[in-house]
Amino acid sequence: MKTLSKNDQALLLFVGIIAVFAPFLLNPFPADSAMAQFNAGYPDLMQRFAIFGILAIGFNILFGLTGYLSFGHAAFLGVGSYSAVWMLKLLTMNIIPALILSVIIAGLFSLLIGYISLRRSGIYFSILTLAFAQMSFSLAYSVLTPITNGETGLQLTLNDPRVLDAANTTGNLPVTGLFGLEMRNTFTLDVGAWAFQFNVGYYVCAAFLLLAFYLSIRIFRSPFGLMLRAIKTNQTRLNYTGLNSRPYTLAAFVISGMYAGLAGGLMASMDPLAGAERMQWTASGEIVLMTILGGTGTLLGPVLGAGFIKYFENIFSKINESVLHSWFSFLPDGLNDVIVWVLHFFVGKGWHLTLGLLFMLIVTFLPGGLMEGWTRIRNKIRGGKGGGANPSHDAAKTPAE
Amino acid sequence: MDSLLLQILNGLDKGSAYALIALGLTLIFGTLGVVNFAHGALFMIGAFCAVTFSRILNISKITLDPEKTNFLGNPLEVKTPYVVGWFGDATGSAIIDWAVPLSILFAIPVMLLIGYVMERGLIKHFYKRPHADQILVTFGLAIVIGEVVKASYGANPIPTPAPDVFRGSYDFGVLLGMDPNAVIYPFWRLIYFSFSAIIIASVFAFLRFTTFGMVVRAGMADRETVGLLGINIDKRFTVMFGIAAAVAGLAGVMYTPINSPNYNMGMDFLVLSFVVVVVGGMGSLPGAVLAGFMLGILESFASMNEVKAFFEALYLPSIDQIVIYLVAIIVLLVRPRGLMGRAGVMEE
Repeated sequence: MKTLSKNDQALLLFVGIIAVFAPFLLNPFPADSAMAQFNAGYPDLMQRFAIFGILAIGFNILFGLTGYLSFGHAAFLGVGSYSAVWMLKLLTMNIIPALILSVIIAGLFSLLIGYISLRRSGIYFSILTLAFAQMSFSLAYSVLTPITNGETGLQLTLNDPRVLDAANTTGNLPVTGLFGLEMRNTFTLDVGAWAFQFNVGYYVCAAFLLLAFYLSIRIFRSPFGLMLRAIKTNQTRLNYTGLNSRPYTLAAFVISGMYAGLAGGLMASMDPLAGAERMQWTASGEIVLMTILGGTGTLLGPVLGAGFIKYFENIFSKINESVLHSWFSFLPDGLNDVIVWVLHFFVGKGWHLTLGLLFMLIVTFLPGGLMEGWTRIRNKIRGGKGGGANPSHDAAKTPAE
Repeated sequence: MDSLLLQILNGLDKGSAYALIALGLTLIFGTLGVVNFAHGALFMIGAFCAVTFSRILNISKITLDPEKTNFLGNPLEVKTPYVVGWFGDATGSAIIDWAVPLSILFAIPVMLLIGYVMERGLIKHFYKRPHADQILVTFGLAIVIGEVVKASYGANPIPTPAPDVFRGSYDFGVLLGMDPNAVIYPFWRLIYFSFSAIIIASVFAFLRFTTFGMVVRAGMADRETVGLLGINIDKRFTVMFGIAAAVAGLAGVMYTPINSPNYNMGMDFLVLSFVVVVVGGMGSLPGAVLAGFMLGILESFASMNEVKAFFEALYLPSIDQIVIYLVAIIVLLVRPRGLMGRAGVMEE
C-alpha cells in the first residue's frame, strides 16, 4: 500500500468503508415502513453488487484502458461459474479451490480467445469476441452437455464425490463454505425498527472486491497501465516507435478475463449452479453497460455503474401496478390511472425498456458516465474556478483519478 | 445426391434471410459508415408488420344471429371481418388468407418511415463519434424496440400462416428425374428464396441503373467530392437508410410463415448477419449477398447426419451450431478484408 498516492489511498479507503458498512448504508428505511422496498441491504443483492463490481472493474481494465470493446465478456463469467461448480462437485465445498480453478480456467480461455481476437481491432475485434461468446453459448447448450448439463444448468447433487469432504450423511445438499464458515450464514442485528443483515458470503465477496479494486489501482498507476493508455490514444504511433503492442493488449485481455472468471466463481460459490444463459450476448451487453454507465476508464466508475444497475434492476422489477397506484393515490382518479398506465411499461417486467432507454441517453449525452456527470456538477458548483473552465477536457482526463 | 440437393435447398431460405439483412447492414455501413446493431430489430419490426396487418384485416363486425343460440341460450354472436363485408365472401376471405404477402404493401411505407425517423432522430448525431459509441447506442435502441414490441404483442411467438395455396410442399426431385418423395420442399421457402432474389436484384439494379443510385455509389466512394459538386449527399444517404430498413423489414415480413415472430428473433439474426457481413467483406454488397447464401447452405450441410457421423468418427463434437462462427473466425484471420472486400477498407 505504501506506493499508493494519497488520493488513491483515500479512494481505496472510501470503497473499503462503503463495503464494510454496506449493510447499514443500504438499509436506511425501517423494515416495516412503506419505503422498505427501497432497501438493498439484504445478502443476495449485496453479493451481486460486489460480484458485478469485480466484473465491471475487470472489463474496465480492457475497455477503459486499451479501448478494445469486447462484446463477449460473459463467456468468461460462464466459464468461471462452470469450473467453480465442478470443483464444488468433485473436490470440496470449500470455495477456495473453486475460485482458484475458475480464475485459472477463465485465464486460459481468455488467453486462447484473446490470442485470436486481438489480431484485429475496432469493430472486427468486437464482432470476433461476440462470435466467440455466442459459440461458447451454443456449445454449452448443445454438444458440451456432459460438462455443462445443457439447458438445465449444472447443479450440485447428493452423490457427487467431493473427495476432500467427509461423507455427507444428512440427506441434504451440502452448502458452500470457507473453512467451515457457511456462506449463507447471516447475522441479523435488530436496532429499533431496523434489521441489519450481516452475511458471510457478502463479506467474502466484498473482500475480493477490495482486492480487485486495489489491483486495478495498481494496474492504472503502473508503467503497464500507461502503455495500455498509449494503445488507446494512438496505437499506430505506438507501433511506429517500434513497440509491439500485442503482448500488452493480450495481457490486459487475460487479466480482465480472469476478473470475469473470479466473478463467475464467486457467483457459483454463493449460489452453486451455473447455466448457459450467463454466457449469452445480452449478458455481455450488460457488462458493457455497467462500465459505460459508471464511467469508462475511471477507477470508481465501473463499481458505481454495477451497483446502480443491479440496484435499479432489483427495485424496478419489484414495483408493480398496485404499488404505483398507491404512490399516485393523492392525484385525482383519472390522472392517477393515466400516469400509472404510462409508468407500468417501465417497471416490473418492463425493466429492460428502462435499461435500454437509460443506456441510449447515457451514450448520447453523457459518454463519460456517472463520473463525468459528477465532475460536471462539481465544476458548476465551483463556478469556473480552476478546472471548471473546460469541463469536456476535464472529463477526458478521467475524473476519478 | 438427392440429400445433397435437399440440404442446399434447406440452406437457401435461411441464407436468403441472412443475405437480405446483411445487404441492409452493408448499405448502411457503406453509405453512412455506421455500424447498426439495431438492424435485427428492423427485421423483427418487419415481421410484426405482417402480424399487425393480418390483425387489421381480421377486425370484425359482431352481429347477433337470432336463429342460432350458444350453450347459454343467448343469441349466437357472429363475427364477420369488415373486409368480408365490403368485398363479399369469396374475395374477402381470399384477402385475409393472403395477409402475409399483402402486408408487403403495408410494410414498405412503415419501414421507410421508421428508417427515416431513426436516421434523422438518432443515427445522424453519431456520424462523428467512434464506432464503439455507434455500436452501443444502436444496441440500446435494439433493446428498447424489442421491449416495446414485447409490451404490445406479448412474449410468445405469434403464428402467422402463409396463404393456403402455398402451405403444401413441392416434390422437387420429380422435376429433375429423381424418385418421387426424394426431395420434398415446402412451397413457401421456395417463394421466400425467389422473393429475396428479386429484392436483391432490384436493390442492385437501383444502384446500378438509376441516377440516384449512381450518385449514391459515387458518395460511397468519395463523399466529400460528391458534396463539393453541389449534391446534397446526406439527403440521399438518409433515403438509403430507409431503403436498408425496408429491405430488412421485407425479409421479416416474408419470414413469418417459416418462423412465428417473437420479440427476440431480431437479436438471433443480428449476430449471425454481422458475421455474414464480416465474412463477405465490410462494405461490399455482392460480398454480403454471397456470404449470406454460402453460410446458410454451409449451416444446413453441417446439420446433415452424415457430417455429424463423420465428426463423431473423429471423436469431435458436431459443429452444426457453430460452423458459421468458425468460418468467420478463420476468414477474419486469414483474409481480414473478407471474401469480396476491397483492400484497405476497414482492414484493421
